[in-house]
Amino acid sequence: MCGIAGVINKNKTVNVGEQMGLMLQGLKHRGPDSTGYAMYGTPLKKGFVMRFKISENEAEKVNATVDSPADLKNRKNAVDSILKKHGAKVTKESSSTPYAFRYIFDFKGDLTDLATEIETVEKTEILSIGKGLELIKDLGDANTVSNQYGLDKFMGTHGIGHTRMATESDVDIKSAHPYWAFPFEDVSVVHNGQLTNYWGNRRVLERKGYRFNSNCDSEIIAVYIADKMANGIELEKAMHDSLDELDGVFTYVVATKDQLGMAKDHMAAKPMVIYESKDIVACASEEVAIRNIFPHEIKTYDPYEAEVKVWQA
Amino acid sequence: MAGITKRTTAFDDENLSGRSQKLYFEVTEEENYTYYGNHEVDFNKRTSIDCEGIDAHELNQKIRDAIRKGYGSIVIKNPGAKHSLGVGILNKLNLIFEGSLGYFGIGCIDGPTVRVNGRVGWSCAENMMSGKVVVENNAGSCFGAALRGGDLIVKGDAGARTGIDMKGGTILIGGNAGAYTGFMMQRGRIIVCGDVNANMGDSMYDGIIFVGGEPHSLGTDCVPGEMNEHEVRWLEQKIKNAEIDCKVPASKFKKYVAGRMLWNYDNLEPAEKKGILG
Repeated sequence: MCGIAGVINKNKTVNVGEQMGLMLQGLKHRGPDSTGYAMYGTPLKKGFVMRFKISENEAEKVNATVDSPADLKNRKNAVDSILKKHGAKVTKESSSTPYAFRYIFDFKGDLTDLATEIETVEKTEILSIGKGLELIKDLGDANTVSNQYGLDKFMGTHGIGHTRMATESDVDIKSAHPYWAFPFEDVSVVHNGQLTNYWGNRRVLERKGYRFNSNCDSEIIAVYIADKMANGIELEKAMHDSLDELDGVFTYVVATKDQLGMAKDHMAAKPMVIYESKDIVACASEEVAIRNIFPHEIKTYDPYEAEVKVWQA
Repeated sequence: MAGITKRTTAFDDENLSGRSQKLYFEVTEEENYTYYGNHEVDFNKRTSIDCEGIDAHELNQKIRDAIRKGYGSIVIKNPGAKHSLGVGILNKLNLIFEGSLGYFGIGCIDGPTVRVNGRVGWSCAENMMSGKVVVENNAGSCFGAALRGGDLIVKGDAGARTGIDMKGGTILIGGNAGAYTGFMMQRGRIIVCGDVNANMGDSMYDGIIFVGGEPHSLGTDCVPGEMNEHEVRWLEQKIKNAEIDCKVPASKFKKYVAGRMLWNYDNLEPAEKKGILG
């Protein structure tokens, strides 16, 4: 089933971590397996912020081989060496779990080359790279992930999030949403639905040189949109194109460094409720999630089929 | 059995149109239909229930308790767009929600008059048998899915697949309706004062869709029909009663019906045969 949500505050930096946490906790019943946040803080003037993991959360796996501290240390050292080799200078690093890290680094080279090489390190996956985007996902509900990563005080303008009910792939971080549009900075997507022409689209994008870290159909939307934008197509136009080129039933929310957009397929088979005011726009699979940040009565609406909306921060 | 009254099903006051325009139950059949848990209520006896901090199950139980005590008018405060509120009420009742409902609100009801001073989520009033529901704002998708009887009114817009699989009753939409409105409808009437999105009436078996604006496109099996005077008067009255400010006069509405007869549809269900054959 899965639940998706997004919020954008216009011309204002607020505690978007708290907003997203409340909304996603309100969607827990749509997907209790894992929760993911993609939030946009004040963009860095210099350098990039990178979120990555070097192992999986094995909490719910049967007979899982948990990586030893020595293995984790070796992998982190390998990532550090690659950053150094490419001329990236890490200015700040922190970690909330033994396997997930947040780096801020200065870098002037090719982001694709750097990201590709980092992911050659065993079990290592870059969750996001951007000026403002920070993507955090882990097992458990919104409160669990928020507490684990200290997200309840994340200041920013906008964010998207996802609560996942695993139906077609494992309960692990790799299959959790949101997805970052590797290797494009600051583009992320959450999606509720199924794409039926996943493999066709994936082959087209793979031939263009994109890598896919999972077999999840949501990942393709992120790369598809970012690829269009890289070719000079506006976000709104790219999303309109997706309604005809991506087949299936879906509603997705996409975020860039200063925009939030939603699209609903021609069948309107997946839900979305929107609240708009002059200061804030919030959208979610269910109104009950939006009401977690607006306890009073508000006027909401369902977008129709084949509808695309984009809002500016 | 104290406090339990006999009552009819929703079918006996249904004036169905099209090929299924038949009266299915004789008035004398009334005594054969009794609902367990049906109580005498006094509409002047009022109470309110605060939904804050309680879940749907608890609220629905409180509504039943109030009915059992004879309250005929119940106001629900702070519904907070929670799901499945007010479902399964098989009683005459005046029920008012002071706010929005989530999914599956007031589903499977038979008898109450409900006003929602807010919006409703997906599948509002699904399987409703009789009564009247008025939604002041907008409605989500599958509004009145599998409706069997009664009047279901939304003053704003309704989402996709409104009236999907409906088998009776009337759905009245003050604004626009989404794609696949009337999808697989089998009986009953849908009135849309505004426009309707793509594939209206797709795979409809029977029933009528009246549109004040324009349907974006018609689905398979949906064709234009001819309005008669009786229908114009009926439309006028329905829209007036619902207090909807419709810009299009009833005489300008367009009528759409099912274009072909499906091979097995005119076979009546066993219960209906019983009603006709006595």
